[in-house]
Amino acid sequence: MMKAWFKSGSPWIWMTAGAVSLNLILVVGLLLLIAVRGLGHFWPADIIEYRYQDRDGPESAIIGEAVATSLLPAAQARAAGHELLDNGEYLVQHLVKTGNRDILGSDFRWIQQQYIHAQSTPDDLIMVERREWGNFYGRLLAVKEDGAVIAQGEQAWQIAQQKLATVLEQHDEIDSLQDHEVGAINYELERLRLKQRGLELKNAWNDAAKQEFTAQKQTYEKQYQVIQQQISKLSKESKRYSLVVAEAGQKEISLPLNRVVKMTRPNTMSVLDKCIEYVGNFATFVSDEPREANTEGGIFPAIFGTVLMVMLMAVVVTPFGVIAAVYLREYAKQGFITRVIRIAVNNLAGVPSIVYGVFGLGFFVYIIGGNIDRLFFPEAAPAPVFGTPGLLWASLTLALMTLPVVIVATEEGLSRIPKSIREGSLALGATKAETLWRTVLPMASPAIMTGLILAVARAAGEVAPLMLVGVVKLAPTLPLDGNFPYLHLDRKFMHLGFHIYDVGFQSPNVEAARPLVYATSLLLVMVIIGLNMFAISIRNNLREKYRALEN
Amino acid sequence: MTTAQKNTHAIDISALKREDRKSVEQLETCIKVENLDLFYGQKQALHSVNMEMPHKKVTAYIGPSGCGKSTLLRCINRMNDLVDGVTIKGKILLDGDDIYDKSVNVAALRRRVGMVFQKPNPFPKTIYENVAYGLRIQGINDRRILDEVVEKSLRGAALWDEMKDRLNDNALGMSGGQQQRLVIARAIAIEPEVILLDEPASALDPISTLKIEELINELKEKYTIVIVTHNMQQAARVSDFTAFMYMGELIEFGETSELFTNPAKKQTEDYITGRYG
Repeated sequence: MMKAWFKSGSPWIWMTAGAVSLNLILVVGLLLLIAVRGLGHFWPADIIEYRYQDRDGPESAIIGEAVATSLLPAAQARAAGHELLDNGEYLVQHLVKTGNRDILGSDFRWIQQQYIHAQSTPDDLIMVERREWGNFYGRLLAVKEDGAVIAQGEQAWQIAQQKLATVLEQHDEIDSLQDHEVGAINYELERLRLKQRGLELKNAWNDAAKQEFTAQKQTYEKQYQVIQQQISKLSKESKRYSLVVAEAGQKEISLPLNRVVKMTRPNTMSVLDKCIEYVGNFATFVSDEPREANTEGGIFPAIFGTVLMVMLMAVVVTPFGVIAAVYLREYAKQGFITRVIRIAVNNLAGVPSIVYGVFGLGFFVYIIGGNIDRLFFPEAAPAPVFGTPGLLWASLTLALMTLPVVIVATEEGLSRIPKSIREGSLALGATKAETLWRTVLPMASPAIMTGLILAVARAAGEVAPLMLVGVVKLAPTLPLDGNFPYLHLDRKFMHLGFHIYDVGFQSPNVEAARPLVYATSLLLVMVIIGLNMFAISIRNNLREKYRALEN
Repeated sequence: MTTAQKNTHAIDISALKREDRKSVEQLETCIKVENLDLFYGQKQALHSVNMEMPHKKVTAYIGPSGCGKSTLLRCINRMNDLVDGVTIKGKILLDGDDIYDKSVNVAALRRRVGMVFQKPNPFPKTIYENVAYGLRIQGINDRRILDEVVEKSLRGAALWDEMKDRLNDNALGMSGGQQQRLVIARAIAIEPEVILLDEPASALDPISTLKIEELINELKEKYTIVIVTHNMQQAARVSDFTAFMYMGELIEFGETSELFTNPAKKQTEDYITGRYG
């Protein structure tokens, strides 16, 4: 019976199908875990007010969002020095995000269920997202203009929102002036300084040049003055308003409105409102710049850096890999040496990525970059231009790392082009090179794209080598901007993978960072999937075009 | 009575009746093979072959598998150059010039000597681009010229009426017979002097085969044609001259009607009557 079942082959089918199911469960489970943990962070949770009195203190109020609950077995709890009032089996503890780091010293607090006297969700509790010190939780008392109260009580909320909108607009304007206008002027001034230094080095720094440069400098400085005046005017305007808020302990605090990013009253929101708020929060996370050591704000520069770096890598690795594969497969005499080269290429794919990072630092950054600086940018010395980790070197290092994948895939593709097609082309009077360009390479392009997809998947997820060759925790400027030459290959950049590492392991605010780690991971996965989908759609188009190989 | 005459039911003699019978000697020679030896590594595949193929006639190579007829055919446009470890001795003269001379540009030679393979091998491009391929290689990209040549070539390959509305369709969507005629159109688009056909109908159904054979009859008005075939009836139907090869040697070469009705050698007679092969 059993033997017959084994002979029928069904166990084999069950085993293989089981392996596939297991894989699927793992992948789906992984994505679900990241998604749930990460995406939950953006949901505007209710703010709870607890009446709390522990063993040796007076009763106090705690205001915050409930984040997590833990059950500690009684024995463990006692060993840790906790008392169990009701002699229950477990000590129930809640993690509450109380915010108000400036007053309380930390954003989070563990409280015990047994000491909670009462808890409620009053409508008038507000959450204020600030530019510094994290969130504020409490009550809004009044709005002040130039130190005089202009709204109080229930009115205050409306007025505060209106004023916040104008102040945010002013803030955006200041930001854009500072980033674009002032940034551009500073960039031009720096270029002027480098030009002057260059002329000095060439001994061509004479009075005529001096006059010209001084004149230019003065123009820039005048422009700068004008913008600076605009900025200070706006900034003065935005400083006029402030909020008077009360924290849990009823202490009144003055909160300047220009330090506020957002104000909400989640307890009054309907589910629909919360959904809208949720989408808004997520959009901010994707499109905003990070604040407060990357634990607040968004991750846009990291997404941008990741995508740009991967694209540059693809641009470099594809031609190199294809050319190498064409030589190995089409021109080189097949023999011992080509076999050895092929083995070496395959082994390169197995070298740990950090080794590539070390190589990139030693070879690209120090040797090539250092020499470029010496030859082409002597005026910048002692500050390095290319002799320091940056976007270009990171892309090149990853291109080197993924080169074997592209070579192997391209060779595979070339070897699958039928001989008859090549002969057909040659018989029409085409040379070997013409045959390659016009027929063989286009037909092998789907295979080349497959190699590129694998390369992108590997490169986008890589962190270790990048830490050595160009990724930083916080890059002040994007590598692509409006200043000539627009794409700044020498700049350092941010990367989602490194961002996860940084937020997860280097952040002082552990509890605040945890959901961000998940959310950033989710985005990294989404970026990789997006890049791959893009490449796969190109490949499918090409496949459709050259489906000769199938028959 | 010879064996061949007894087997007339197997060979269609009526196809051999032509008015302008001339012997090989009286015709202008197009391709002359002189003492051709060919080695694949150590193994000799052709043994001092000598042959003169006349101008604007169809010459057929017949013989059992592995006898070297395809190898000989592929020598004429130097396709064997692509095979590793091939050495060739002797000469092949095309209009009096040795094609194995060092000064010969192989690509230019192949423009003069077109080739059609056993399996249809259209490129994964449109029908139009397939036919225009040879011209584009020569740097001709003028749309007017291309249009003209594409039409002329497709007409020449008896494909125009079927395909004139589908010129921008992928060639891989055509039937096998159409693909083979497309490949012939592609070959005649660059106006070669010689067309080599390597078993052009062996992968096709009988109707497509018939069309290809009709096409060969038309093409010989303008081109010298050399065809390798397994099918003796086909050789008898389409060719003016036939060469019988065996084990890398040319056994007998002569007018098709003569060779099939009155073979000079015993080996030829045995092969065409089906004793072996």
